[in-house]
Amino acid sequence: MKLVTAVIKPHRLDEVRAALETFGVSGMTVTEASGFGRQKGHTEVYRGAEYEVDLVPKVRLEILVDDSDVDDVVQTVTKAAHTGKIGDGKVWVVPVEAVVRVRTGERGPDAL
Amino acid sequence: MPELSAGDTAWVLASAALVLLMTPGLALFYGGMVRAKGVLNMLMMNFAAIAIVSVLWVLYGYSIAFTEDIGGGFLGGLSEVGLFGLLKQDSLIATIPTTVFVAFQLMFAIITVALISGAIADRAKFSGWVLFVVLWATVVYFPVAHWVFYFNEGNGGWLGDRLGVLDFAGGTAVHINAGAAGLALALVLGRRIGWKKEPMRPHNLPLVLLGAGLLWFGWFGFNAGSAVAANGTAGVAFINTQVATAAALLGWLVLERLRDGKPTTLGAASGAIAGLVAITPACASVTPIGAIFIGLAAGVLCALAVGLKNRFNFDDSLDVVGIHLVGGLVGSLLIGLFASSASPAGVAGLFDGGGFAQLGKQFVGSFAVLIYSFVVTYILGTIVKKTIGFRVSADDERAGIDLAEHAETAYDFSSIGGGSRSHLLSRSAPEPESEPEAEEAPAVEKIDDKEEVAR
Repeated sequence: MKLVTAVIKPHRLDEVRAALETFGVSGMTVTEASGFGRQKGHTEVYRGAEYEVDLVPKVRLEILVDDSDVDDVVQTVTKAAHTGKIGDGKVWVVPVEAVVRVRTGERGPDAL
Repeated sequence: MPELSAGDTAWVLASAALVLLMTPGLALFYGGMVRAKGVLNMLMMNFAAIAIVSVLWVLYGYSIAFTEDIGGGFLGGLSEVGLFGLLKQDSLIATIPTTVFVAFQLMFAIITVALISGAIADRAKFSGWVLFVVLWATVVYFPVAHWVFYFNEGNGGWLGDRLGVLDFAGGTAVHINAGAAGLALALVLGRRIGWKKEPMRPHNLPLVLLGAGLLWFGWFGFNAGSAVAANGTAGVAFINTQVATAAALLGWLVLERLRDGKPTTLGAASGAIAGLVAITPACASVTPIGAIFIGLAAGVLCALAVGLKNRFNFDDSLDVVGIHLVGGLVGSLLIGLFASSASPAGVAGLFDGGGFAQLGKQFVGSFAVLIYSFVVTYILGTIVKKTIGFRVSADDERAGIDLAEHAETAYDFSSIGGGSRSHLLSRSAPEPESEPEAEEAPAVEKIDDKEEVAR
């Protein structure tokens, strides 16, 4: 099993979610996040005084997937989150040693 | 002997209520501009001003401001302490009951004090502010109101009645006064921790706009109510207030568009306030076209002035100096240029062929109030600082003044960590026996069963 983590623009969340549902992903965890990449934030102006906002609002998705689905899920997320502009985000994959469904105690792929 | 006019009385009563609304409006205007961790303290400083000044006004404030002089037009006497003499039905000022005038002028005293709070946002001890309000209203506002607003056939206040300074609704007594005091307090208290390094942007701009809107609405009572009658003067003051405010808003936005590339919401709100401030002294002495010029000048000049604090390194948190002091000066001084003999005040300024005489008077009036307010406020602020302290600890300031000073926070950002209420209740109530715990367990299971069924 793998954990796919994606940090994306908040307004792409609905697109990504819809795409993943079509693909058959049954659950995900969404967290509000903030950060910056190459774009280094943005500038806001209040009464002429400029503020560098270096942490940009993002959402972080975490999806547990079976090994065979990893490439498809990553591709689905990447495609749905894409706008082509700077700050679209990143997707990465890490291995997961164990998964347990709290309600039933099922383990492994059954728990997804 | 003038008789009571029901129409005038009704209008001034309504105006008094409108002017009171300005202070909660100001609280929201200021509250939206501070960070989320300091909004309640901002609201509280203004509400405390309402409470304290109201009581002082009845005790001795009205008397010091609006009774016969005890020397040279600088201070009123103590003949109306407690207002006992004014409760009679036949006690009139012009055509309204004196008590109605007392109520109307009270609201001016309240908002003038409240305006100062914006300069010391996020760092003033609440107890220090409360003591300061008592001292400042007594030593600065009540006397200055006497200088400007007390008329008694040439034997009244030294600026308004004796010198002939035009200030219809409080450009000097309210705005220059509060602005100069704000500057003094900002210097006494010092800069906020992290100023210019950490972001201190407004936490809620819709709140700022709501506050500015309430101020604009209430300001019609402030200016048009100052006619103390439902008459043509009130009408002129009303229309001048509206167009000057509109012109200032536009002026501020145009400047922002040219300087920063974008017209901003905070700029619109600030421009409106700058225009309201500037037209306040002038609203009965200029034509509506003059009002538009005054508004435009205020919008542009105040927008430029708010940057001064960054250049001179004083932390006037919410630009009380840039908007009220500068806006008040713009309005008071431009009367000298734009005063029109066609207006209710009937005085000709420079552009109406009146020469420099009125401009000179406006200059004296403006700077007399500015210097008195700045110097005395600096002294009062220092007294508070050296006695009970005027600033919260560095840790409290970092963590948020709301929690430190009021044991409250404005917003519940997260449900995690809740449940403190039951904890508090159980602390005050006797400890329950262990039985309830045993009862709780099956209840939890029941909920779980239901969930299963639902699935």
